[in-house]
Amino acid sequence: MLDADFFRRWITATAASVDREAQRLTALDSAIGDADHGSNLQRGFAAVLATLEKEAPDTPGAVLSLAGRQLISTVGGASGPLYGTLLRRAGKVLGDAPEVTEAQLAEALRAGVDGVKALGGAAPGDKTMLDALIPAVDALGEGFDAARRAAESGAVETTPMQARKGRASYLGERSIGHQDPGATSSALLIAALATAAEGGSDE
Amino acid sequence: MSDERHVGIVLVSHSAEVAESVAGLAKALAGGATEVPVAAAGGTEGGGFGTSAELISAAAAAVDQGAGVAVLTDLGSAVLTVKALLAEGDELPADTRLVDAPFVEGAVAAVVTAVTGADLDAVVAAASEAYAYRKV
Repeated sequence: MLDADFFRRWITATAASVDREAQRLTALDSAIGDADHGSNLQRGFAAVLATLEKEAPDTPGAVLSLAGRQLISTVGGASGPLYGTLLRRAGKVLGDAPEVTEAQLAEALRAGVDGVKALGGAAPGDKTMLDALIPAVDALGEGFDAARRAAESGAVETTPMQARKGRASYLGERSIGHQDPGATSSALLIAALATAAEGGSDE
Repeated sequence: MSDERHVGIVLVSHSAEVAESVAGLAKALAGGATEVPVAAAGGTEGGGFGTSAELISAAAAAVDQGAGVAVLTDLGSAVLTVKALLAEGDELPADTRLVDAPFVEGAVAAVVTAVTGADLDAVVAAASEAYAYRKV
């Protein structure tokens, strides 16, 4: 079972990888976007960690809802409402349960991904975060490592795609040949699930 | 008529200057409409380019007279942030709507319509219809 501490570790591990990869995310975003993805997410997740520390939510649903809300407030770019909606919608599905199963987490993340689809109007193959998130959620039934591999492949597979949503879509064919920054950061978020699970087994 | 409630209008842009200027332009073209509450929510709180959920929420609260609030945006994160706030439920006044409209022309149409005391439906319709105004 996954408790609030697991979800806290997940968000903390995501924040750490965003910190580590911020320059790379911004470099990817400077090729096809407005060169702020790394710094925007860094600011957002730093604020999320501070809020989680201060408010100490005690259920999985509350951790994700609070994190999502904070991302919407502090990121300042499109990734704020998109990641915010992903986490908040997932948090809502988990409700007030003190512990959830991996299957419930998978179901909640699927609802979150549906929320992202509805908000941004993107479809698979549009070169967005969905291209990492959808295969990851599909693979979650086989475990966190399978989900991580699926998200990482999904992110790499955005390289030959032409962007059809967001700032990158203005570039048309010139967006081809660059890995999507949003799909790349989505893979970090999914990879952090496995990190959070390892952290729990050590305790 | 001084106690008439008007529809509030919020203008959200990635740039504080764009939001402020379009608000000023719309009010001027509405004959210096001082009774219509129009608020700009441009840029980030730190003064940079981007979108601030806090500035949007504050602007919507400031223009809410109980007759509804119409929100017009430029693009990208401005649109997504307003949609996410609307989905949140309690972040914006009860009768707040994101208007699908061109930013400048829609803002002028919205303010000109709101100054007549029109309701939210009429203000939203006028702003959306600005898309149909062809220039050539």
